Amino acid sequence: MSEEFSVVGKKIIREDGVEKVTGRAKFADDYKFPGMLHAVMVRINEAHAKINEIDFSALENEPAVSIVSASDVHGSKKVGMIKNDQPVFCSEKVVTPGDVVAMLVGESESKLRSLLPEIKIDYTPLPVLTDPEKSLNKNSVLIHPETGSNLIVHHPLRKGDVEKGFEESDEILEQTYKTQLIEHAYIEPEAVVAIPLGFSEGIKIIGSIQNPFTARKFVANVLNYPLAKVRVQQAHLGGSFGGKDDTMCILSARAAVAAIKTNRPVKIKYTREESVLESYKRHPYILKYKVGYNLNGKIKAMKIDILADGGAYASMSPFVTWRSVVQASGPYEIENVQTDVRAVYTNNPYTGAMRGFGSPQPIFAQESLMDEIASRLGISPDEIRRINGFKNGSVTATGQILKDHDVNLKKVLDVACGNTDFITKWKSNRDQKIFSLKYDPSNPILKDNQFIDPPENIRKGIGLAVSFRGCSLGAEGIDAASAYLSVQNDGSIYLDCGLAENGQGLRTTYSIIAAEVLGVSAEKIIYLELDTGITPESGPTVASRATLMGGSAVKNAAEILRDRLINLIKEEFKLGGEDVISFRDDLVFSRKKGLITKFTDLCKLAASRGINLSAIGWYKSPKVDWNEENGQGDAYFTYVYGCQIAEVSVNVSTGEVYIDKVTAVHDPGKVINKLGAEGQVYGGVTQGAGYGIFEEVTADNGFIRELNFDTYTIPTSMDIGEIKPVFVEGKENYGPWGAKSLGEPTLELTAAAIANAVSNAVGRRFYSLPLNLEEIILNKKLRPAGTKRGSSL
Amino acid sequence: MKMKVEFKLNGANVSVFAEPNRRLIDLLREEFELTGTKEGCGVGECGACTVLMNGRAVNSCLVLAVQAAGNEITTIEGIANGDLINPLQKNFLEFGAVQCGFCTPGMVLSASALLDKNPDPTEDEIKEAVAGNLCRCTGYKQIIEAVKETARLSRKN
Repeated sequence: MSEEFSVVGKKIIREDGVEKVTGRAKFADDYKFPGMLHAVMVRINEAHAKINEIDFSALENEPAVSIVSASDVHGSKKVGMIKNDQPVFCSEKVVTPGDVVAMLVGESESKLRSLLPEIKIDYTPLPVLTDPEKSLNKNSVLIHPETGSNLIVHHPLRKGDVEKGFEESDEILEQTYKTQLIEHAYIEPEAVVAIPLGFSEGIKIIGSIQNPFTARKFVANVLNYPLAKVRVQQAHLGGSFGGKDDTMCILSARAAVAAIKTNRPVKIKYTREESVLESYKRHPYILKYKVGYNLNGKIKAMKIDILADGGAYASMSPFVTWRSVVQASGPYEIENVQTDVRAVYTNNPYTGAMRGFGSPQPIFAQESLMDEIASRLGISPDEIRRINGFKNGSVTATGQILKDHDVNLKKVLDVACGNTDFITKWKSNRDQKIFSLKYDPSNPILKDNQFIDPPENIRKGIGLAVSFRGCSLGAEGIDAASAYLSVQNDGSIYLDCGLAENGQGLRTTYSIIAAEVLGVSAEKIIYLELDTGITPESGPTVASRATLMGGSAVKNAAEILRDRLINLIKEEFKLGGEDVISFRDDLVFSRKKGLITKFTDLCKLAASRGINLSAIGWYKSPKVDWNEENGQGDAYFTYVYGCQIAEVSVNVSTGEVYIDKVTAVHDPGKVINKLGAEGQVYGGVTQGAGYGIFEEVTADNGFIRELNFDTYTIPTSMDIGEIKPVFVEGKENYGPWGAKSLGEPTLELTAAAIANAVSNAVGRRFYSLPLNLEEIILNKKLRPAGTKRGSSL
Repeated sequence: MKMKVEFKLNGANVSVFAEPNRRLIDLLREEFELTGTKEGCGVGECGACTVLMNGRAVNSCLVLAVQAAGNEITTIEGIANGDLINPLQKNFLEFGAVQCGFCTPGMVLSASALLDKNPDPTEDEIKEAVAGNLCRCTGYKQIIEAVKETARLSRKN
């Protein structure tokens, strides 16, 4: 195939765009069925309690209300992404306030909600564990006593001899970093409908589901059905970012149990408050770094100890923290690395997959650390990264040699620095006179002469962060994807893939790939709805793997059909075996004879000759390997590289940070879907900026304070300045034309770049996200005292 | 007790009975099956339920159904005046301003309300007009560009 593209890399309108701008796209809550019932959740207002008895006797005079609880679950009573530790309905105890003990099912949702206070639950409160640092203490309460420990997982990594490395270092630096709990904040709250199909067909689920095949597995386990009797159809998904996975699997299972019990369609629809209360979040991390380096800037040894608060359930913690252990020492070649990452249970809201997936936390730590080392050595931030950064042939902390692709770390760094005039700005900001608020902590009321007047109160800062990121699942598990492509006899085309659209535009990307191979316009391709009853399974839409894995499967399917058409052409038009046939602009060309026929006519011909024009494409990832004992191995089969530079204005009187500009330079391999790729950068950077400067879920004894968008603030249109995406398209052997990952890299760097920019502005470093007003002014977080709302110093 | 509510909905006169505590969003979604109006928060923070009331963008989760009486309500289904899409919607597509699409109807209506009042908005005015519409996917940049371009084209014509 020639490197001239006719559809790939061009601006293509998204295939579901018209449905979405006209309001016709059906999201889960837009589905209604005759006889449909609603279900509402029964919860105990406790973070940790033993359930003695649930008394539903007040509902005896409500024949139209069904009660659904653990006794109605005929299959697995506990489920989970990796460990089965989460009850579908809690019957013995609750371990976090979001837990559900039963559901009321009936025709009127508001009536059901009005009945909730009538249910009397007798329970015994248990000690509440909220501090992950106390989780492994011998005398701490066990969240899941059957596991014997609050440890969810421990990933060790050992490379070289870290103690020897420290001995050989000129200087040693030790720092502790903390990151916060945050919410995905997809704008669509969870909704799902389960529809009983009758005994022989089983059940159908339609919902706001990130991964229909995972939901199918959960529902089948809970109902004790074979997989083929559970059909999951994905509704248009109103945002997910990793968040509508386990939560939606469990909601699907609950709706299914109720639908089977009542033999009616049952809908569950969450309010925003319920969504925030029950759904999992991003892990807060405590990261302890000890680093040894020489005066020439070379890092000799790094010792890392990371503790992740997994909250009440294991969820994806083992995999989230596994990515952390692979990437914790950053994109730097370091001879001696010792990393331990642990995730533990607490009674806090549980944590799982969220865009970034265990990378934004260590990147904040390691990129802050690199800047601090540079500043101690009197060199610039880009220089320390040039000295230590990965290049072709570098060996990672897991002992993997980086090869077979362009290791473009230094290239993205160079492009980013060049685009922003980084060095000049960084030096001039560093040398500006620092004004900072002087206050007496015992009497923090400013006197007239302590105010800083404009414009001196606004300080400019610039900062950068770099990363490498393993593509797709890596050694987490089997990694394969498939696609179905069917060309009709008039040349129109059906396409489907088992990877689910999450709003990011993968259906458009897949349409572009098929259109490029077959030389037709992308509008010719009709994308079919994902239905687990029809679509071949492809694993989950996670780990920025959709373009790389699903895209390869689509390309494979299109090439199978193209090759069948080429054989037909050669035969029908008597072309030599060595002639090269190409497809473009809806036409078919021979190198020797020029234009041969129209694509539509060729399809008609193929149909008349009985050629099979449907194909299943398949792609399985290359081999990876991992040693659990020492954290060594080829963790991922390829990597992407990125550099973001943040330019900020810091108001040193108020602590407010405004992000003037973020320049995001990424090597995602080949860019397939230009509009979609730019959209990933704008959206990812904006989410990353929210993580960096203001988002935080705080929990008081396990109870979340910010249950809606009035208190949990995400960036609005007015909060972030310019964002500039720049793509460096490195060579890559895998993926469609070398396309790999972008969605998560765009988010993972932003908070770290902002933190370095703020330090450049104010001349102090910060060790705790988010960089909100009090962090900037006081270098600490203000927490409400005791159980009351409000702040104290 | 239900109350009779007569109002203009997407250009047509309608008459329904509604409980005094019923929200406009529920009336639109349930009685009229206009499900393009979305509920994201229920407290007027996210703007997914934005509709136009006499040309002004309002959160339909904070408006009672009975308050629609005598007024003109436009939802996303009525914004293109019978065409498939209008120039603003077209530019949302051209500029990649749509990802998951859940905030899109509200976003389009808030931007429409701005352009009706102010055909030549500055970038800051555009940002302010959609500041009440939260979007978690796009980072707003392509939305702002789409609105800007719509204003530019309408001035040219």
